[in-house]
Parts: sequence; C-alpha cells; structure tokens
Amino acid sequence: MFDLALLVQGLPLLLAGLWNTVWLSACGLALGFLIGIGVCSLKLSERGALRRLGGAYISVFRGIPLLIQLLFIYYLLPRLGLDVPAWVAAIAGLALCSGAYLAEILRGGLLTLPVGQVEAARLLGLSGRTTLTRIKLPQALRATLPALLNEVILLIKASSLISAVGLAELTRTAQNLAASSFLQLQFYLAAAVLYCVVNISLALLAGRLERRFAKGRA
Amino acid sequence: MLEARGMSKRFGEHTVLQDINLSIQRSEVVCLIGPSGSGKSTLLRSLAFLENYDDGEVFVEGELLGYDRASDGRRVRSRPSRLSDVRRNMGMVFQQFNLWPHLSVLENVMEALLRVRGMKKDAARRLALATLEKVGLAEKADAWPNRLSGGQQQRVAIARSLAMSPAIMLFDEPTSALDPELVGEVLQVMRQLAEEGMTMVVVTHEMGFAARVADRVLFLDQGHIVEQGPPMTLFKNPQSPRLAQFLGNYLERNSLFEAAPALNRVDD
Repeated sequence: MFDLALLVQGLPLLLAGLWNTVWLSACGLALGFLIGIGVCSLKLSERGALRRLGGAYISVFRGIPLLIQLLFIYYLLPRLGLDVPAWVAAIAGLALCSGAYLAEILRGGLLTLPVGQVEAARLLGLSGRTTLTRIKLPQALRATLPALLNEVILLIKASSLISAVGLAELTRTAQNLAASSFLQLQFYLAAAVLYCVVNISLALLAGRLERRFAKGRA
Repeated sequence: MLEARGMSKRFGEHTVLQDINLSIQRSEVVCLIGPSGSGKSTLLRSLAFLENYDDGEVFVEGELLGYDRASDGRRVRSRPSRLSDVRRNMGMVFQQFNLWPHLSVLENVMEALLRVRGMKKDAARRLALATLEKVGLAEKADAWPNRLSGGQQQRVAIARSLAMSPAIMLFDEPTSALDPELVGEVLQVMRQLAEEGMTMVVVTHEMGFAARVADRVLFLDQGHIVEQGPPMTLFKNPQSPRLAQFLGNYLERNSLFEAAPALNRVDD
C-alpha cells in the first residue's frame, strides 16, 4: 500500500504539479481580483444599466460550474481563431469565476463603510479613484479578510479542475502516479498533504495580517 | 463668497428647502439654527453639493456649484473633477468626524496634501504637524483615530480640512455627537478660527457659541429661512412666534442648568 522508494521517485513530479497549481491559481486570483473590483464598481454604480451589467456578470460566472467554464473557454478560443496554450484558458477560467465571487465579497465590505468617510474625501478633493484605492478598498479588504481567505482557498482547491484542459497540476499528477504504481492511497494522501500545507500556510498568513490590521481599531 | 439664489431641494414629494436666498461675505461667521428636520443640515450639505439642489443656484466665489450650462442652455451635472475644482477652497467638518480609521492621525491630515495638492512627503508632514499643533494635537500625530476622544477626533477632522487652507469652512453640527464635557474644546478651536478671519457657516444647537461668535444667525423652519440677523437682535427680540417658541424651549432647558450651577458647562 505504501512504498517509500516510489514516493521519493514521484516527489519531483508531485512538486512540479503543486507548482502548476500554485502559480495558475495565483495568476487566476490576481486577475480575478481586478475583475472583482471592476464588477463590484459596476454593481455599486449610480446608473441602472451598469448595475444590471454587473449583476448579469455575477449571475453567469457564479451560476455555471467552473469545469464547464474551463472547457467552454478551452474549446471556444480556437474557434475564435485564438490559438492559445492551455494555461491561458486555465487562468482565464479561474479569473472569470473568482472575479464573480470576489466582487460580491468586496461589495459586502464596501457597503459597511460609513458614507461620511467618502463625503469627507470628496470635500478634500480626492478623486473617485484615489478614494477607492486609498480609503475604501484598504478598509474593505481588512473587513472582509476572512471571507477573502475562504475564496482563495476554495479556488486553489477548485483549480484541480484545470486538469480537464490537459494541464498536469497537483491532482492530475497524483492521479497519474496512482494509476501507474497502483499505490492510490499513497499518492492521493501525498497530494492531500501538499494542498493542506499550502492552504494552512495561507491561513496563518491571513491570521498575521488580521492581527496587524487590528492595531488601528479601538 | 458663497451665495445661494432661489435654491430648492426636494426629496420625492417632500420639499425640504424652499427658495433659499443667502449670501455669505468673506470672514463672516453665520450660524444656522432651527428645530430638527427644519432643513438646516440639508441647506449646509447643498452648499457643498453633497446634496444636489433641484432649483436655483449656488455660487462659490462666483462659480456655479455642481452644474454646468450645456450648449442648449439647459444645465447638466458637473463632472466630478469640475465639482472638485469649484469646491477647492471649501472645507467641511461633519457631526460624525468621518476620519479614516485605517490611517493614523498624521496620515489623515497628510492624505489630501499628498494626493490632491501633490506635495512632497516631507513638506506635507511638516504642514500636517503644524496644523495639528494649531488644534493642540501634535502629540497625537501617530495615534489611531479610534484611540482618541470624540473631541480630539473632531479637532483632527478640523485640522484635516484646515491643512488644505480653505477660504470657507462648513460645520455640520460639529459638537452634536460629543459628550457634553468635550464640546468646549471643539468650540474653542472654532472660535479661534473665527477670530483669525475664517469664513464659516455653522449648523449648531450651541446657542452660546452662536451668540458669542456669529456675525449673523439664520433661523430655519420647515425649509424656509424664517428670520435672520445679528445674534443679539434675534435672541433678544424674535419677530416670529416660531423662533420665540424655539428659543423659549432652549431657555427653559438652560434654566434647569442655572438652578444647579455645578452642572453648568463652561464654554469658554
């Protein structure tokens, strides 16, 4: 059931898979975060048309399973004449999907801000963008840190779905090793441990950030 | 330097301000008084275009506030950058202070100096510290706003506005959210500003402050300016029954304090 020699032999492959999981998720989240800010701004807009556009985005990308989104993007892009590598489709899928969730988390954070803080910023002449990046977002991020961490961890785990577009990320690598060695438990356990290490590290990091942010609060 | 002509404001069917005509001169201190819901805060907020007035006009140093004339003569909302430009010499202090809690006291005061005035960090820091000194809070520069008392927070908010060297300052019930024993320190700073010649419009329930510092007092009721004039004229000889009643209520409450001198607050 367990074979240490085979595990050591397979470890470089597992770590390469983990690396794919981490960087593809990181890129997807970074892009998704920008999308999230944009969609959230749409949803908070004074114009009804823009609000509906933001709402439609969220309905679509939150409503369709990530796996279907990934496959759709993977097969759609070549039809549009865009011959892109699989990793582009993977990052696009992760970003579009996490953008919808992050938009709603950020909106929740922004809605708790007292409107007077923004009025004070306006009267001092701060532009809309400066007010967003210097006054609103820093506070929204602090307020929603636990929810953001949840979303990050969920996305890292959901990134196992990008194996569907042919990328050997951690889950797919473990599957391959398990199939070729017949040591299923060993390699799935190894993958589980690696996922846990990443996600627990992130949780610890978020905990430190939270304590640092707490300083300013009475 | 600040003027309203025939200004009206409605919330749906409800008219909150009707045909307000008002002209404020340089270095004048004007206090707006009136019962709750009389429209005095809405008037002040309209003068800063935090509420968009519906009819009439507001001019800040001769420039129309909040609207532009389109080519066909109709008026359209100003772009945000234009609005900021017309408001560049206006400062405002709010009932709830509205400091930014994620920034230190010093950073609160420096923020607009850096991002709006485009000052270098060192220069902004020096100016911010000097302004905090003026409101007696230089030693709190590195504190977090939420660690300060309400009175201190409001003085920081005044410093934050003041650092931008406004020509006119609007105060929206600056002491109404404060514990009674903290009111005096804020009024003291405002009084000092008035003595230095700052143009001020103050919505307040502090009749003592209005009596001693205002050049002119406006009494609002149901969205109208019912009566206005020098504070002593208004307080001693109210012409309208509504103002007489309003002042009566106030004096009655204060007479309770006078009966127990130990409870009497020292304003100055």
